[in-house]
Amino acid sequence: MKRKIPLIITFAVGTLLILSEFIPHKPFGRLSGELENWFLIISGFAIILGQLSLFKVNIIKIKRKTPNWQYFIITLVSFMIMVLIGIFWGTEKNPGIFGNGQIIVDTIGYKPFDYLFHNVYQHLQATMFSLLAFFIASAAYRAFIARTVESNLLLFAAILVMLGNTSLGSSLTGWLPHSLSFLHLPRISEFIMKYPNTAGQRAIMIGAGLGIIGSSLRIILGIERSYLGGK
Amino acid sequence: MAGTRKDKQLDRRWIFLLIFMGVAIPLIFTIGFPIETTENVRLVNEMIDKTTKGSKVIMSFDYDPASKPELHPMGMAIMNHCFEKGLRVIVVALWPMGVQMAEEIFSDLTEKYPQVIYGEDYINLGYKAGGIVTIQAMGSNFREVFPKDMNGNEIDDFPILRGVEDFSNIGFIFSLSAGDPGIKQWVQVAHDKYGVPLSGGVTGVSAPAILPYVNEQKQLNGLLAGLKAAAEYEFLIETPGTATSGMDAQSIAHLIIIVFIAIGNITYWTTRKKVKREGEK
Amino acid sequence: MESFFTHLGVWLGALFTFAIFSFLYKDNPFYKIAEQLFVGLSAGYWFVYTIYFILIPNLFDPLSQDLAHNWIKLIPAILGIMMLMRLIPSQEWISRFPIALIIGTTSGVFFMRYLKSDVLNQLTATMINPFTGNHWGEIIGSILLILGTLSGVIYFYFSKKHEGSFGVVAKAGIYFLMVSFGAAFGYTAMARISLLIGRLQFLLGDWLGIIPN
Repeated sequence: MKRKIPLIITFAVGTLLILSEFIPHKPFGRLSGELENWFLIISGFAIILGQLSLFKVNIIKIKRKTPNWQYFIITLVSFMIMVLIGIFWGTEKNPGIFGNGQIIVDTIGYKPFDYLFHNVYQHLQATMFSLLAFFIASAAYRAFIARTVESNLLLFAAILVMLGNTSLGSSLTGWLPHSLSFLHLPRISEFIMKYPNTAGQRAIMIGAGLGIIGSSLRIILGIERSYLGGK
Repeated sequence: MAGTRKDKQLDRRWIFLLIFMGVAIPLIFTIGFPIETTENVRLVNEMIDKTTKGSKVIMSFDYDPASKPELHPMGMAIMNHCFEKGLRVIVVALWPMGVQMAEEIFSDLTEKYPQVIYGEDYINLGYKAGGIVTIQAMGSNFREVFPKDMNGNEIDDFPILRGVEDFSNIGFIFSLSAGDPGIKQWVQVAHDKYGVPLSGGVTGVSAPAILPYVNEQKQLNGLLAGLKAAAEYEFLIETPGTATSGMDAQSIAHLIIIVFIAIGNITYWTTRKKVKREGEK
Repeated sequence: MESFFTHLGVWLGALFTFAIFSFLYKDNPFYKIAEQLFVGLSAGYWFVYTIYFILIPNLFDPLSQDLAHNWIKLIPAILGIMMLMRLIPSQEWISRFPIALIIGTTSGVFFMRYLKSDVLNQLTATMINPFTGNHWGEIIGSILLILGTLSGVIYFYFSKKHEGSFGVVAKAGIYFLMVSFGAAFGYTAMARISLLIGRLQFLLGDWLGIIPN
């Protein structure tokens, strides 16, 4: 029962959605519309579950005193602070349980939640991802070696696209006469993206698309059951 | 083994420093390389230019601060163009931070367009989870998905949303997308199921995989891909912004990476020749 | 007072930017603190936004304001609470029901959408007449597009050994894929550098005031 009923639910819901594509009238259209609205609400709970899981995992790590356990206290404290100030005074235009905190807004210019978002969180996230710029340069130096035909193609396509995607590329070949304009770096880059890149990506898309269709069918028919977990 | 490639390789922290300087110096001492527009950017521009004044359009902010340097200038340029053309912008977000990204852009533009009134010419409906399923729900019952705007007010109070039950009277949809959910899901549902004209802006990382949607089926009407496309759009609407000012730094950084690739290859091949010669001896 | 907090905010931003950048030299406690702070704030942000933008307007308000017309929303509410049972190991099995609904819905939607957008429309977009281009470059490009897509799809067919003429076509497919990956690297490098440009625009503009904002 604990596994059979979920499998029946998956089958019923999946089949309903596929049928409603071909029969949009009642009851299929109405039912699929209702399902889509329920999906939105349950997704909200799923997100809450994710954050509470994070909370639980960090508590366990602190209890067990895993290596660097002290840093996980920071995770928990910052999570609690963000949640509490969001609930107490709300976000930009949404009031919290203590109202809009006008005195705080007049003092610091933002609600506490938005102040942390603008002045701490945004910078942390943006910088975290900007580290990749350094690593990509380092990786290119170490790993981008012209050894085989395939690696040569990859290398030259990368270089042409990198040059063509900058205003430097336009300047380097901007002097070419109209008859040789096809050799203009931005034109070459556009050609590579529009034709061979699209061909390769399209092949990947078709292959992946067929794979997803196959997996979806396997899930709906109950052949694939890994999402149910253990016993 | 002496003379191996690893010994000859530069400490990567020198590479990091060079990249840092290569980006910082052109930001301070601008060079002013010219900007040339490309076909995909012009297609987006044409789509907005040809949209009738007063049309309602949806802008979906599907990104977070990690992608802000690339997508924020695009969002600014597109919203600027929409207001200039007298289009009425409905903002939605499939990523939670997208809500604040949209508000930042709108508050920056209110000075230039004081005639744009919240609720009549612009509205921010906030964030909804659920990705592709939520977009499908919007297409069948928009008002059920967004019963209130981001401030918690009932949407029936706003003139801009009168008559908006689904995607049928939307001029076009523009998605600023950093990943999943994003532009791919908008293509799959809004265009391929409901037939709404669609375009978007993506980060450089996603661009090669999204470009196949710019095709004869017009799954996408052009695409803005990365910071350069944002700079091109700023050039087209004659409003230079942060994208334009970043182009010189982009050029120099790319040149540095290409030089490092060349050095890496030269090092590899000269070391290989040496090792081969020593082996033969 | 507001001005003080505005300046403090900029300095906080710069401080955390350098805390993360310090990782480039060596892993260190400042980086670790900044990293965990990021994780905690991110989780808190998602939690709060989910409550204000999904649960309140789409669930609590309809139920509290007009239960008679919106009673059906009790079903996703109950399913949502069942989802939260996943946190209790002995009651984890209860969460299978809402998960089944989510997975079933997603599978049903994906089946149709990927079939139409990623298979049928892409195949249709490849079935073009390559000789209708205005310029010889367009004609060559269209031919490459058709040949590249076909050979790429053939490369991904692993049920037949890649030998003989089939192997030659599959090899051509690999070459097109390599060009795609090279182009993808070029764009990825551009994207990552753009993120660094954004950070430096903040440090040099908002923080130090050396460049205009």
